[in-house]
Amino acid sequence: MIKKGTLPAGAHFLSGDIACAEGAIAGGCRFFAGYPITPATEIAEHLSQRMPEFGGIYIQMEDEIASMAAVIGASYAGLKAMTATSGPGFSLMQENIGLAAMTETPCVIVDIMRGGPSTGQPTLPGQQDVMQAKWGSHGDYAIIALSPSSVQEMFSLTIEAFNLSETYRVPTLLMGDEIVAHMWEKVVIPPASEIRIVNRKKPKVSPSRYSPFMPDDDLVPSMACFGEGYRFHATGLTHDEHGYPRTQSSEVQSRLVRRLCEKISTNEDKIIKVEGVMLEDADVAVVAYGIVARAALSAVKKARETGIKAGLLRLITLWPFPERIVAKVAKEAKAIVVPEMNCGQMVREVERAAKTTPVAFLSKLGEDPHTPKEIFELIRRNV
Amino acid sequence: MVQEIVHPLSKYLRSAMIPHIWCSGCGNGVVLNCFVHALDELQKDLDKLVVVSGIGCIGRTAGYTNADSFHTTHGRAIPFATGVKLANPELEVVVISGDGDLFAIGGNHFIHAARRNIGIKVICANNFNYGMTGGQQGPTTPLESLTTTTPYGNIEHPFNLVHLAAASGATYVARWTTLHVRRLTQSIKRMLEKEGFCFIEVVSPCPEIFGRNNKMRTGLEMMDWFKRASVIENFSDPSKAEINSERIVVGEFVNIKRVSYEKFFHEKLAQINEKTVEW
Repeated sequence: MIKKGTLPAGAHFLSGDIACAEGAIAGGCRFFAGYPITPATEIAEHLSQRMPEFGGIYIQMEDEIASMAAVIGASYAGLKAMTATSGPGFSLMQENIGLAAMTETPCVIVDIMRGGPSTGQPTLPGQQDVMQAKWGSHGDYAIIALSPSSVQEMFSLTIEAFNLSETYRVPTLLMGDEIVAHMWEKVVIPPASEIRIVNRKKPKVSPSRYSPFMPDDDLVPSMACFGEGYRFHATGLTHDEHGYPRTQSSEVQSRLVRRLCEKISTNEDKIIKVEGVMLEDADVAVVAYGIVARAALSAVKKARETGIKAGLLRLITLWPFPERIVAKVAKEAKAIVVPEMNCGQMVREVERAAKTTPVAFLSKLGEDPHTPKEIFELIRRNV
Repeated sequence: MVQEIVHPLSKYLRSAMIPHIWCSGCGNGVVLNCFVHALDELQKDLDKLVVVSGIGCIGRTAGYTNADSFHTTHGRAIPFATGVKLANPELEVVVISGDGDLFAIGGNHFIHAARRNIGIKVICANNFNYGMTGGQQGPTTPLESLTTTTPYGNIEHPFNLVHLAAASGATYVARWTTLHVRRLTQSIKRMLEKEGFCFIEVVSPCPEIFGRNNKMRTGLEMMDWFKRASVIENFSDPSKAEINSERIVVGEFVNIKRVSYEKFFHEKLAQINEKTVEW
C-alpha cells in the first residue's frame, strides 16, 4: 500500500535527494518538471511517486530547457513549481531562469552539483556552479541561492527556497552537491503545523486596476494567476508595470532592471542566513559552505583543541552574498581561509568583503572533498 | 451627439497594445482576426483563455489578445503552455507562433507535446523565413528561395509541417492560407472544441521581407500565389501535402480521437488515490 500524506513528524532515515523531494511536498510544491540526470535523478523518481498522491503534477519533459519553461508556466497557472538537475541541465536552464527572473516567477531550481565542466564527473561532487547560479543567464538580475550541508537541510532549505521564491517572486536555487544528495542521514521532520509556509501575495485590486508588475513598498508586485480573471500580459521583453513591452525606453529598462536587483538587495537582511561557530574570538575564520563546511567544522574543533583560536562561518545563503557578515568576521579575525570544491569561486566574494584581511584558498577537485586534516593544516598555516 | 464607434470584436483585443507592429501586407493580422472571430463565434470565456507565444513577428499576438497571455523565450511557447495546461486543465491554452520559433529552435518541444497529446492548441503562421530579424532562411524556407542568408538559393529541404504534426501524433491537423479566412476560422473553432494536441498551419504572406527577395514584393502578389496554387484536399495524405510555387495543398488532414495527457493523468490520479492509505 502507498502511504498517503506528508511524512509523519519524527525521525526518518533519508537520502538527500529524497529529503529534498519530501521538503518540496511539505513546502507546498505541486508541480515538478524535470529530465533525468545524475546525481539529481532520485528527486524526480521520488516525486513521480509522491506528487500524484497529493494531486500534484509530475512530468518528465524532453530536456531541461522544456522543464524550466514548464515550471514557469505552472507557476503562472497558480502552482508552486520546481525542477531539479545537475550541471549540464543547469546550463540548459539558464535562459529560462532569466525569463523567470524577468517575469518575476516564483519557482525553485535544485542544482545538485557534480564535477564539471561539460559532462565532467557525473557521480562525484563539486561546487563549480555557484558563480553560474549568480551570473548564468544574460543580463542583470538577482536570484536567491541556498547551500545545504546535510540531508536535514536538503529537507528544510527546500521548504525555505519555496518560501523565499513566493515572498520575493524570484527563482530560488538550491545548490546541493553529489554528497549531500546521495548521502543517507537522519532527518527530523517537524509536525506539519510547525512548518512555515509562505504563499505569493495576491492582488488586492479589481482586474481593471491590476498592474501585474506594479511593486509594493517591498519592491515586490502582487501576483494574479492565469484563469483568475485578471487577464494580464507577461513578457520577457523589457516591460512597464502593466506588463506591456517597452523596448525603446531607457527609463523603463532602468526602472525595471534596477528593481529586479534591488528587491533582493534591499531585503537581504531578511533573506540571508549563515551559521557562525566559535567566531567571537577567532584569529582564523574558515568561510565554507555545503558539504565542505562539515569538514571545516571538524577542522575548527581540532584547531581549538590544539590552542588555535579558529572559527567557522558557514554560508547557508550564497546569493545574495552575505557581504556585511563576512566583512565583520574579517575585520575581527587575523586571517580568513576558504576551502572550496572548485578552482576559486566564492573566495572572490570573500576577498572582496574581507578587504585588507588576508584570505587563503584551498581548492579541491575530483572525488574527495577536503578532509578535516587538510582544512586544519590550512588553518594552522594561516594563524 | 457623437457616438463612439466600437469595433464589434474590440473586447477580444488589448487596445492599449495596439497599433500592432506588423508590416503592411503581413498575414499576421488575418491570423489574429480569424482567431478572435472563432473565439466570438464559440462565445469563449476570455477569463479561462491563455494565449502563449514565442519570439517573432506573430509572437506579439499574445499581447494583442485580451486574455491572460505570456510571451516566452524563443522556441519555448509549447513547454511553457504544457506547464500551464497541466497545472490548470480547465484553461484553454492556445499557442500562436511562427515557423522558426515552433519548428527550428522549438522543434523538439513540438514533436514531444504532440506525442504526449497535451491538450494545447497550436497555430503556426508560416511565412517561410525569419521576418523579425530581417529575412533569414528557416526550417520552412522552400528550396532555391532567396533569403538574406541564402543569397545563392536555399539548399536545405524544408519541413512539411502538417506531415510532421500528423506523424508526431496530433489529433487535429489542418493547413490553410490567409486567403482562406472563412475556412481558417471554422478550422480554429473545430480545433478549440477538440481534446488533445491540435495544430493548424497558416501559410502567411511576408511581402516586406520574404516576398521582396522572391519576386513577390506586395501582399497582393503573395496572395495571388496562394490563390493560384492552393488546392483543397481534405483528409488527403499529409505526407503529400506539398507547398511549392505550383501547388499549396490545404485542408484538414487529421481529425482523430486520442486520450489527452491531462485526461490520462487525472484518471491515474483517481486510481492512485484509491490505493493509498493514511500513515
